[in-house]
Amino acid sequence: MSTTAVAPVKKNSVSGRKRTSNILYSIVGVIVFFFSAFPVYWMISSSFMSNNKIRAATPTWFPGPGDFTLENYRTAIFDDHRAQFLPALWNSIQVTFLTLIICLVVAFLASVAVGRYFFKGRKAFIVAILIIQMIPGEAMMITYFRMMDGVHLTENVVGLMLIYLASVLPFTIWTLRGFVTSVPAELEESAMVDGCSRGKAFWKVTFPLLAPGLVSTGVFAFIQAWNEFNMALIMMTLPQNMTLPVWLRTYLLAEHGITDWGGLMAGSTLVAIPVVIFFMIVQGRMTGGLTAGAVKG
Amino acid sequence: MSTITLSAGGAAVKPRKANKKKAQPFPYILLLPTLIILVVMVGYPVVSLIITSFQHYGREQVFGAPATFAGLENYQTVLTDPSFWMMLLRSFLFMIAAVVATMLLGTLLALLMMRLNKGFRLLVTVGLLLAWAMPALASVAVWGWLFDTSYGIINYLLTQITGSDWTGHSWLANPISFFLVLGLVIVWQGAPFVAFTLYAGLTQIPGEVLEASQMDGATPVRRFFLIMMPYVRSIFTVLIVLSIIWDIRVFAQVVALQSIGGIAEQTSTFGVWVFMKGTAGGNYGVSAAAALIMVVVMLVISFYYVRQTLREDNN
Repeated sequence: MSTTAVAPVKKNSVSGRKRTSNILYSIVGVIVFFFSAFPVYWMISSSFMSNNKIRAATPTWFPGPGDFTLENYRTAIFDDHRAQFLPALWNSIQVTFLTLIICLVVAFLASVAVGRYFFKGRKAFIVAILIIQMIPGEAMMITYFRMMDGVHLTENVVGLMLIYLASVLPFTIWTLRGFVTSVPAELEESAMVDGCSRGKAFWKVTFPLLAPGLVSTGVFAFIQAWNEFNMALIMMTLPQNMTLPVWLRTYLLAEHGITDWGGLMAGSTLVAIPVVIFFMIVQGRMTGGLTAGAVKG
Repeated sequence: MSTITLSAGGAAVKPRKANKKKAQPFPYILLLPTLIILVVMVGYPVVSLIITSFQHYGREQVFGAPATFAGLENYQTVLTDPSFWMMLLRSFLFMIAAVVATMLLGTLLALLMMRLNKGFRLLVTVGLLLAWAMPALASVAVWGWLFDTSYGIINYLLTQITGSDWTGHSWLANPISFFLVLGLVIVWQGAPFVAFTLYAGLTQIPGEVLEASQMDGATPVRRFFLIMMPYVRSIFTVLIVLSIIWDIRVFAQVVALQSIGGIAEQTSTFGVWVFMKGTAGGNYGVSAAAALIMVVVMLVISFYYVRQTLREDNN
């Protein structure tokens, strides 16, 4: 039948097929959402249930008002026979913001040098920046520890920050450099023709245009420092010095073979919330910044 | 996620050629803080790592005993250790499986996002974002809970579906299923990044090109490989190289899963093995030699990527 069909019928069947496939895609979309979001949902819902409820023979898919308890959060935050949450939070905040601010300032200066000037050794510097990023931090752990131990900076926020700085700086310089070169130097020059000094022209004209770049590269430094676990694990061993990921691990280590899943899920939720919110805010900017210029039309 | 290096920003503007003849000190002043940090925090540790790898360096040396020259002995120890080769094989097999799964799933997700209308696309974006944004340790905790031996929901569902009793089945005690769980965590978190980046690249393909190919009756598969792929090839290569680097370096997730209940000897990956030799074994010379081998492996893997990036910088 279809071979002899006239034009209008054919058109109909095509749009009909298109509609069916659209519905199919939408169903697949919902399934994808379910599988990617379910672990997060499960983490949050378990965190609000008592351990008795969690360990019941049949799982509670949708906790009702009767199942709701803040007990796990009370344990996670105030239980004093483990490492404490609030000091860990404070350590994480300190190390993250120190890393973020110092990294952005230092990387900004370097990216202006690389992106705006042509000087002897520029190429060598770029190669070094790229190669340093390929050195796995795990290979350096012991060396870092011995080095920091030598200058009495283990169990110290500054020591940890210095290590994070070294790991995020090359990447930040590289990305910022891209943003610096994308702002045409002519803009600055025309401001100078209009009577601005070079410094003032840079400050008033170029710098504001770089703000999005600073934000999107700052995000990586933030996430790296906030989530980093490996170095923190060996550098900050005393309970009062732990950062949040190391604190969370104390929950993973089962006591007498019994893991406190409720407390662990509450702790995981607490650690994840700031990052998830941060991601939600800056997501578009981040992938946008990543691919701009990478596609050659 | 720390080591992504794609050229950001629009078309690169050539850096200002030195229009004055004499060398300017200004760019060097701008670079000074970076250079100090990199020399102290990268240069010094790398040199010390290289020196240690040629020394007998154990616990006594940490407390001040002089280290003696060991020649290539540490490298010999590493390279003749059967557990090193087992670990290497394990790391590479896991890496290959994880990279293939991540890239495949990520690409399919990106293509799906191209087809969805706005509302459903937002739904998928939110879901993937949640998975992507989870801190590694928290996601290991959640998956560990899903796969828990006694109360895990996976065992419950398997019991319901298959009819046989899965309660008490320990996923982490067996190396194979340990890596299955590890792979799920890695792919769950890695695929969204691939999907988002690729999707952002795909949306930059001019609409007319895609429409024209559709008019010409190209099948979806051909359309993907012949029309879309050339546009996003550079993104695709970078994503593969980055996934390889991340998946062979996987550390935190392995350590965390091992603390829930894995057998360390049979599940250690590259970084974990190096770390264990150093801290648990107390043999820093051997650990340093293994670490340097790891550095060389990483550099070999990323050589193509570094060259590619440099070429793009020159254009």
